Amino acid sequence: MPWIDACATDDIDAEDLIRFDHGGATYAIYHGVDGKFYATAGKCTHEDVHLCDGLVMDFMVECPKHNGQFDYRTGEAKRLPACVNLRTFPVKVEADRVWIEV
Amino acid sequence: MGNRDYDLFGPDAKRAVESGLTAAEWYHSDVPRKVMKELMARSDGPAMRDTVILYGAMIVLAGLGIALWPTWWSAPFWLAYGVLYGSASDSRWHECSHGTAFRTPWMNDAVYQIASFMIMRNSATWRWSHARHHSETYFVGRDPEIAIMRPTEMAKLIVNFFGILDVLKFIPNLVQNALTGPSAAERTFVPQAEWPKVQRVAQVHLAIYLATGALALAMGSILPLMVIGLPRLYGAWHHVMTGLLQHGGLADNVVDHRLNSRTVYMNPISRFIYWNMNYHVEHHMFPMVPYHALPRLHEIIKHDLPAPNRSIAEGFAEMWPAIKRQLAHQDYFLKRDLPATAKPYREDFQLYVPGMMPAPAAE
Repeated sequence: MPWIDACATDDIDAEDLIRFDHGGATYAIYHGVDGKFYATAGKCTHEDVHLCDGLVMDFMVECPKHNGQFDYRTGEAKRLPACVNLRTFPVKVEADRVWIEV
Repeated sequence: MGNRDYDLFGPDAKRAVESGLTAAEWYHSDVPRKVMKELMARSDGPAMRDTVILYGAMIVLAGLGIALWPTWWSAPFWLAYGVLYGSASDSRWHECSHGTAFRTPWMNDAVYQIASFMIMRNSATWRWSHARHHSETYFVGRDPEIAIMRPTEMAKLIVNFFGILDVLKFIPNLVQNALTGPSAAERTFVPQAEWPKVQRVAQVHLAIYLATGALALAMGSILPLMVIGLPRLYGAWHHVMTGLLQHGGLADNVVDHRLNSRTVYMNPISRFIYWNMNYHVEHHMFPMVPYHALPRLHEIIKHDLPAPNRSIAEGFAEMWPAIKRQLAHQDYFLKRDLPATAKPYREDFQLYVPGMMPAPAAE
């Protein structure tokens, strides 16, 4: 699977996320509270809502529409109405750039 | 569009899906990400304070009501207790179902379960019903929480100020849920994995009501029911009054909350009971902003919203004639003027939905 240059490390505040679109798909890139970067599918599994407008608290991201919550490290759905886990993608940081494998 | 069919299995429900209305993106006012993060930030403090005040007041008022029972001197205390039980529980149920009232999840869940019981809603069913209400606000046939259907049955609207229709609908539903789980209509929006939970919650609620009824029979007095159950009737008027203002007389089948929701300035007591849901356009546009941050959100985006009504009375004065007009003209709705600083209404979708009339000339 190809590695894609998604953004610069300082494009994302700590404990926050941004939206990244590539190849007709949408992703969410996170700057975790542990300083590491993570990537998941960009939309909530409950409904087609972009997670980039949601709130990141610790290692959780919440959908801005219905408050479905996910652990963005594993994609695990943690709060209803989200029942289906979020897809996650490998991430690496090289020369202050965040790359995701899609 | 003409006559509306609010049946969740009806032709309007089907049309809303086929036309793409249910998949359309809602309009949002612009708020910088940094500001929105601050607004969405959670804390336990405001909701803990309000919950202590609410439950503390309920205990004191019910205690005085019981102490003065059965004299008429107890009536004012029951009336006040009833509003906290039968109306404040609506807003606590609502805000905690969003999971935004408290930062701590178990506190949200605890208040949500208590409020669901008091407002006579199955906590497992209504979480999903309300999610649909936010995804598809006032989409005919899709939104299960449309309070004012067109044409409005005025007598029912007025009777329900005392919760009578809600309770008459709730009791058979409670029994059915307790015996067989969710109804066919409920199964359209509650995922199958949650159906056993719907049944368990109904069984717990039913058991409490049966125990309360049995105690009343044993005592030969309705006093136990004055504390549990009946306040949902005699104290419902405030949540019905504020609830009707949320969307009454406004547009349906649109994807701009400025067209289908209403913000009303209210007195501090009503805002405590209603937990700031008078900022209803703001709440629908950004449902993850906690109730205590809605006044701040309002200040930030009010340049993009129609002017709020300045009081409950003014809200009714605007809404009531519109509801009456919808008796004869179902496609009529109030379209409030936007300030010069606002972006135009997003009403293109109305024209796109097959079978819908173009937006009528409105006042």
